[in-house]
Formats: sequence, structure tokens, C-alpha cells
Amino acid sequence: MGVEFIYPEFEVIRNENRCIACRVCERQCANEVHFFNTEHSVMVSDESKCVNCQRCVSLCPTRALKIVKSDCTLRENSNWENDTIKEIYKQANSGGVLLSSMGNPRPMPVYWDKILINASQVTNPPLDPPREPMETRVFLGRKPEKIERDETDKLKCEIPPQIELSMPVMFSAMSYGSISYNAHASLARAATEIGILYNTGEGGLHEDFYRYGKNTVVQVASGRFGVYKDYLEAGAAIEIKMGQGAKPGIGGHLPGAKIIGDVSKTRMIPEGSDAISPAPHHDIYSIEDLRQLVFSLKEATEYKKPIMVKVAAVHNIAAIASGIARSGADIIAIDGFRGGTGAAPTRIRDNVGIPIELALAAVDQRLRDEGIRNNISLVIGGSVRSSADVVKAIALGADACYIATAALLALGCHLCRTCQSGKCNWGIATQNPELVKRLNPDIGSKRLVNLMNAWRHEIKEFMGGMGINSIEALRGNRLMLRGIGMTEKELEILGISHAGE
Amino acid sequence: MKLIYVNEEWCLACHLCEYNCAFANSGVRDMVTALKGKPIFPRIHIEGDEKISFAVSCRHCTDPICVKSCIAGAISKSDGVVRIDREKCVGCLTCVLVCPFGALSPGEDGIMQKCELCIQNSFDEPACVKGCPNKAIVYEEREGNK
Repeated sequence: MGVEFIYPEFEVIRNENRCIACRVCERQCANEVHFFNTEHSVMVSDESKCVNCQRCVSLCPTRALKIVKSDCTLRENSNWENDTIKEIYKQANSGGVLLSSMGNPRPMPVYWDKILINASQVTNPPLDPPREPMETRVFLGRKPEKIERDETDKLKCEIPPQIELSMPVMFSAMSYGSISYNAHASLARAATEIGILYNTGEGGLHEDFYRYGKNTVVQVASGRFGVYKDYLEAGAAIEIKMGQGAKPGIGGHLPGAKIIGDVSKTRMIPEGSDAISPAPHHDIYSIEDLRQLVFSLKEATEYKKPIMVKVAAVHNIAAIASGIARSGADIIAIDGFRGGTGAAPTRIRDNVGIPIELALAAVDQRLRDEGIRNNISLVIGGSVRSSADVVKAIALGADACYIATAALLALGCHLCRTCQSGKCNWGIATQNPELVKRLNPDIGSKRLVNLMNAWRHEIKEFMGGMGINSIEALRGNRLMLRGIGMTEKELEILGISHAGE
Repeated sequence: MKLIYVNEEWCLACHLCEYNCAFANSGVRDMVTALKGKPIFPRIHIEGDEKISFAVSCRHCTDPICVKSCIAGAISKSDGVVRIDREKCVGCLTCVLVCPFGALSPGEDGIMQKCELCIQNSFDEPACVKGCPNKAIVYEEREGNK
């Protein structure tokens, strides 16, 4: 194929004074960057294959390696940036749609970072979390609208099904197929230990993980993979996936090469067949149709499980959420435009959808204005990066947050954003058994538990500072937030005052 | 007592244990000086093929056949650990012949060496265990071990 237009993006820098030629880098790189030159007894590398996943860097026992961005540059141009030009080269070479993984990396506004949290001083004292009981538990599900009594005047205590979470965070949907068995095992075990939920994604539920059912959200997406009665009954809740923040309006495609063995069995499709999830659910063309599926699923599970509906944050999200709240769903999940993915068309990922902060504020306000906020719980995701983001989301009106990228980072992901290659050196986004076993769920689940415990401590510190001892008392409490460096319009949509006001 | 066990399910055959072992027993402070440009003589070895691999080191048997067979009386077992007395070893390789696990091998100077759980060096936990990236080698108490 003639001239190569693109110079490798990274350089592998090996400190020859430190390298002991143990060849760990060579053995651990699925991209085959490193190899041993027997003639000269030195390690050499082919940086054109490097994706900067940092596996070799992390495992090198003498810290002889580092990966740096190549400073080989095209002539500077603010309109035609280096990456833009390289993408043109790629497309001119392949003729194909550009594919990307994980969340939108472009420098779009991150509203979380423009929001500041309040603390108590003098008149309403802060609380000491270690000393005073702090409640981080939340319950997701439809709340009763009024108190009802039976003929004998006794209170009717039956309420619609609820999910109990020990803290307002859940692991969001990642299918078995897009991530590995061991990644799923880590998430399932960690969710169980922490007392939260993880989500199967649309790849079905591996038979080994039915025992974690109480801490599982089972997903029903447009491809309906792996859906049958036992699956629906296995989970604590059922999620209908209408859309995903990274690729709103786009379906999914897991290549046949990945549909092997247990993935094929769990998805209930033949080995080697492509798993195509259509862009729409072909039985849902209106809120009324959605209502039918919601009640079909409720009927199938005897009204014992809350039904979630997940949508991507798009322009009319407030109206869409209002419709979902009236469809009989118990929980709405909204995924913002910075949310991750195992593979999405780059252009879609980087240009479609809206920031979750604005979507959340708009939806919460709309549901409150219409008096239906208590009919439904609100879960948001799409790049919740820290406990501070969680606290801000709750104060903007969310009941809980979905995290996935943060969870994968805890498992070892280094955000190299090449999930679509299936060669994840960290054993996460791969089905290659040799790579999958690099993620030991004993270690993975422990790291996830650590992360969530750390966040829970921090959330309590935030709450204590604000003089709030229950996370429920923070929900929708936008007076606890102030904006900085935002326009009037942005503040209006977020429903918060500017710092200093 | 605690012993070294391997979980072959999680072994990645990265061979880090061998290098960590050679370093720990080198008596040198930094790994580069200890190992750069030299052949290594670790007391743990990765065996297996592309599909399955595991680290092999001394099992510290209840009734060690190497102790019985040593013609020089150089191998003994005390406090649950099978040890070699470097002064007594004559390098006859009889222990290599009898050990069912292949856990003994000659060192750089021809004197036999084997895993002694890093008790002789400064590491409080065996170096192979400490450096294993995937918990494929563990140091723990197990049922039936005294």
C-alpha cells in the first residue's frame, strides 16, 4: 500500500541503562510492539503498533520504559489540527467510518468543573462524619403519591418495588462480549459486597453470574440478546435500553469474531454470527409502545421488579423524560454525551447528544414542574468521574449515578481507547483467553470495592460540610451549588446561582 | 505455617517471579546492578505452554526426599523450611534427580540452591509473591500444613 501518511502517534522510550532484557514487555504486549533482538541481545520496539495502554510501563520491573507522545508534527494549523488531518488520511486510506472507543475526548465544556459546592459556617454547623451517623442509602423506584387507608382505617403499606443502594452509585451497562468474563465477575462481586447494582448490558447474563442476581440490573435492548424468562427474573431490576450517550440514535454491532463460546451461548445467537442491535426497538415507535414493553416486562415478572428506561441525553430530553415518567417506568436513566462505549462511530460519539449536567437539570425541573418527579427515580451517567461529581449530580436532582469508565479505570483500564481492537492488554475489553486471565477478579473486585468505599467516605465529608446527614436531603437541593464562569443561560438551565450571589 | 502456592489459573507466564527471585537472592540493592547483562539463576521457574503456565518452586514437603538422599547431609528441614547448607553441598546433583517437582537447581557457582521462602534475605514476604502482578503466586496458610 505505498506511502504511509501517518507517523506513529507514540514513542517507546527505553532507558538502556535500566533495561535488564527480562522480556516482560514483550510477553505482555498483545500489540507486539516489543521484541528481543537476539543478535545484539537488546530489546527493540516497533512504536507504530503502540496504543499507549501502559501495560509494559506498569509491569517493567526496573521502570526502564515510558511512552511519550511523538513530537513529530505536521505544520501547525488551528483550523486543520493534526488529528483532523490524520483522520482524513485514515478515511482516504480505508474508505470506512472512523471507529472509536470510550468517551468523547474532545475539549467540550465539563459543567461539573464549573459548579462549586457549599459548606456550613457559624450559623448552621457542619457535621463530623466519623462521629455522627451519615446516611448514604437511597431507594430507587416509584414513590407513592398519597397515603391510603383500607376499610378499617389502617395504613396501606404496600409500595411499588424499590431497589436499595448503600450509596447513590451503580455500575452501568457493559455487555459480556464488549468486556470480558473476568471484568463482569469483578463488577458483580464488587456490587454485591458494596450493596449496589451492576448492569449486564445487552449481552445476556452468563450462567455463572445468576447468583449475583440481587445486585444485577438485567438489560433488554433492541437486539434482545439473551433475554428469556429466567434472565428477567434473575435481576433486581430490568432496564430497557433505548439509547446510549456515546452513540445516540445508533445501534450496536459486536463482530462475529467475538461471538464465540460462552458469549454465543449467553447472547443466544450462533457462534460467528454478528450481533446487530438495531438503532430503534422495532416495536417501540411512541411512548404508548414503550408503555406496552414496560408493562409486558412487569407482567412477566409479576410486578415485583422496577423497570428502568435508559435514554441518551439529546435535545428534547426533558419532554422525552416526561413521556417516560408517564409510561409506567419506575426509573429513568439518562446517559450524557461524554459516556463511554466499546465501539462507536467517532463522528457520532464526538458530535451527537448533550452534556449530562444540563440534561439532568432540565429533566429534574420539568418533572417537578409537572408534579410527577416522585413517580420516577432519576439515574444519570456519562462521565461521572469522582465523588464530587456524584454530590453535584445529587444536588442537581439525580437519585443516583451510573459509573462505568471510572469502574474500568479501577480494573486497570488506561483509557487508550482501542477497545474495538479486542486486544485489551489489561484483560478488560477482550475475549482472548490469554488476555482475559490478566484480570484476576480477586484483585479487580477488591479495587472496585476500595474505590466505592473511598467515594462513600468523600460523599460523607461533603454532606457533613454542608450540615446534611442524609443523602436524600441533598437531592435537588440546588441551593448547595453555585456556578463559576458560566453564562446567564447556562445558570438558568442548571437552576443555580452564580458564585457570590 | 505459610507456604508458597500457585494459582495456575492466573499465571500469565510473564516470568517476573524469576527475575524478582534472582534479584532478592542477589544481595545487591538495585535490580539493574544485580541482573543487567547476566544470566539469572532463580529458584522459581515458570513451566507450561501457551495455554497454561505456573510457577514451580520448593514445596517444602512433609517428608522431603531430597533431605534423605543428600549424600553430603547438606539439606535439612527446620521450622518447616527445607534448607541447603552451602558449605556442605558437593554439587553431586542427587537432589535434582530425586525431587519430583524439579525444585532444585545449581546456582552460578555450581552449588545447589532452592527456594527458602526469602527467609535468608531482607524480604518479609517472598519476592516472587510480592512481585506477582496477578496473584498467581500466594503466600498463605492452607489446610494440612503444619
